[in-house]
Amino acid sequence: MTNASWEALSNQAVAASGVVYFLALLAHLVQWAALRKLPADEVVTTGRTAMAGRLGVLLTVIAVGVHAVALAARGMAADPNRVPWGNMYEFTLAGTFFVGLLYLLFLRRFALEWMGPLVVAFILTLLMVAVIWLHEEVAPLTEALYSYWLIIHVVSAVIATGAFTLGGIASVLYLLKERSTAERGYLARLPDLLSLDRISYRMHAFGFPVWTFAVLITGPIWAHQAWSSYWNWDPKEVWAFITWVVYAAYLHARATAGWKGRNAAIVALVGLATLWFNFIGINFFSSTSQHSYAAPVIADQQHPPEVSL
Amino acid sequence: MSNPEPKDTGGRDRQATPMPTDMNARELGRWMWRQVTSMRTALVLLLLLALAAIPGSIVPQEDVDSLGASRWRDAHPKLTPIYEKLGMFSVYDSPWFSAIYILLMISLVGCIVPRTAVYWRALRAKPPGAPRNLSRLPEHATHTTADTPGDVLARAAAELRKRRYRVVVGEDSVSAEKGYLREAGNLVFHLSVLVVLVGFAIGGLYGYKGGVIVIEGKGFSNDLTQYDDFVPGSLFKGEDLEPFSFTVKDFEVDWLTEGPRAGMARKFVSTLEYQETPTSEVKTYDLKVNHPLTIGSTEVFLIGHGYAPVITVRDGNGDVAYSGPTVFLPVDQTFASFGVVKAGFAEPAQIGLEGDFYPTFALGDGLPRSSFGDLINPLLSLSVFTGEVNTGESIYVLDKSDTEQVMKADGKPFRLDMREGDTIELPDGLGSVTFDGIERWNKIQISRTPGKLIALTGVVMALLGLLG
Ligand code: HEM
Repeated sequence: MTNASWEALSNQAVAASGVVYFLALLAHLVQWAALRKLPADEVVTTGRTAMAGRLGVLLTVIAVGVHAVALAARGMAADPNRVPWGNMYEFTLAGTFFVGLLYLLFLRRFALEWMGPLVVAFILTLLMVAVIWLHEEVAPLTEALYSYWLIIHVVSAVIATGAFTLGGIASVLYLLKERSTAERGYLARLPDLLSLDRISYRMHAFGFPVWTFAVLITGPIWAHQAWSSYWNWDPKEVWAFITWVVYAAYLHARATAGWKGRNAAIVALVGLATLWFNFIGINFFSSTSQHSYAAPVIADQQHPPEVSL
Repeated sequence: MSNPEPKDTGGRDRQATPMPTDMNARELGRWMWRQVTSMRTALVLLLLLALAAIPGSIVPQEDVDSLGASRWRDAHPKLTPIYEKLGMFSVYDSPWFSAIYILLMISLVGCIVPRTAVYWRALRAKPPGAPRNLSRLPEHATHTTADTPGDVLARAAAELRKRRYRVVVGEDSVSAEKGYLREAGNLVFHLSVLVVLVGFAIGGLYGYKGGVIVIEGKGFSNDLTQYDDFVPGSLFKGEDLEPFSFTVKDFEVDWLTEGPRAGMARKFVSTLEYQETPTSEVKTYDLKVNHPLTIGSTEVFLIGHGYAPVITVRDGNGDVAYSGPTVFLPVDQTFASFGVVKAGFAEPAQIGLEGDFYPTFALGDGLPRSSFGDLINPLLSLSVFTGEVNTGESIYVLDKSDTEQVMKADGKPFRLDMREGDTIELPDGLGSVTFDGIERWNKIQISRTPGKLIALTGVVMALLGLLG
């Protein structure tokens, strides 16, 4: 296959996975629409409603599989072949893939079926953002990105992002359920507040060391190799640090009287906001970031005497 | 992973504490210390630290982007003095940012020291014995079996050990306790935050970082006088410079001519010949991005490149007043570059040149510009000045306050537009300028960061602590 046909395959696979995610969302919506009518404590394991739920999960599995194909083909389309995370479009593609993958991996272990509709809706929304606003043709990377640290650093950052996102979804639901008095419907059927808090904590407790590894170990090592300085406070680094500190605060909040539960969930969501802002937002905000994947920079206009490569 | 149930070991019981108003000095001191080292304070300080870090990503920072900072100052004359006072251009060295993290570190020390002591004592103490009456425990279960008590106890102890409990077998009971590894991990994590900071501080105090532009074919030896810019740590001593030297033998770049990134340069390779000491053997190294050269504990990085047109200026008497490769600094990714020549000893009048170099000259919208970074159609375009050219100032800036621009007969500015090999006579018998050729330069960054292994050990410890 030629590079162009790999690229076309990737684009088609993105579209196809979008369609399948959409079908999964529909299946989950059918499931939850039916569940609304039943008392919250009635467990449904057979019949159409349960089928719709299982179909939703099955479709999500297929969609994540096709999503993987899209990523792999993207990497194959580049010359030389590389990992498919070299610009914003590719990051978003990879980030949403890991959200989906982690959801499926944790599905059994933490009984996450109830998260299905939200996870799928989240992925679908970001995929649309990626396709509509962020799409770029496959292109060679700037020199600094050709490093095995690209693989290690970005994979760990993206996995942590996936885990934090799942944790954040649980925290949002915690806050909603806390204020809800409904006896039926989606919120009523969620796990109780204690369990939501615990699931959210588990996700964050998994994500935090991974994020620490990405941001405070591999990031500085790579920055040192490429730009000669471990930590330069460039905007991307600043925001990665902010995210780290906010999540450390979250872990504390969960163990501090008066901050448990509600406030901790809010801190977790602040963390998630900083995380996604850094992932997508900062690139549009700041032109001084050395992490400029978006623009084809060779000579950095900001630093004439120390032109970056 | 960690045990999901939090235990509030750091936060103290606040209800039991009297208010500060009715305390004597000693009690007040204790009260304050308790506040500072409480988990709630740590939490608030962490959130404050996150908040305080934000401005540095919005306002350009002097250390990160000095040009951006000076542009920002020019654009906001009213805000600048206020921002200046607040330290907005160097947030991460500012007193208020430092205050937050220093408080956090004090709080951290104040909380890990007592926790370590408690931990140490608990580790040496036996797990508490089983209560006589099981139903006093909040979680309990009853089961009757025909096995002998000895068997049951042995099996229970074995099972608990398998699950990594610390087990004490009593006469007719088994008791066990768990969670030590988690608390140890927690302590290690908090301790490692300090280790990382110590590592960074050592790097900042004893290390240095410097940059130098070296023209292809020329050399550098590691001596303070040879650096273009040099930022030492406050405890750095000149004799810490390792006595190496190198020559840039060759420099190659690949220019992409097609595809969505056409115009981008790649695969920079600078071939160095270096000596670790003046007497050691000469070795070669291909210096590339992501592949610094390590000499002893110093590292050498390739961080930039550009063109140095070779320019010769003859004065009114026909003598050579200036000659050599002249570093022009790129202003954008097409490598359109800006540079200056100062012929301070030219007779009868000093000569200053200032202008642009275009590696691939083209006219875009009627303006001269470069359309590509490689040398396809190089052109040098310079304005000429005469008067006091002030050679003492930066070699990249021509101070024009005591000069006069050289004009054509029709009153328009005189401009030298030159191809390689051209010589052009200046008006008024000032002399002539020759564009002899083009060389390349590399920007080399050299740094030494002692303490980096300590910092690395710290972060790795932190990670292990988190996983514990
Ligand atoms: C006064 C200072 C501090 C106190 C009293 C304190 C106390 C604690 C305690 C008791 C825990 C255990 C919570 C639990 O079991 O879930 C904890 C966890 C944690 N602390 Fe601190 N801490 C302090 C400072 C810091 C600082 C400065 C940082 C970060 C820079 C930090 C980062 C963390 C993290 C990430 C955890 C979670 C560890 C885990 O879940 O395994 N702490 N802290």
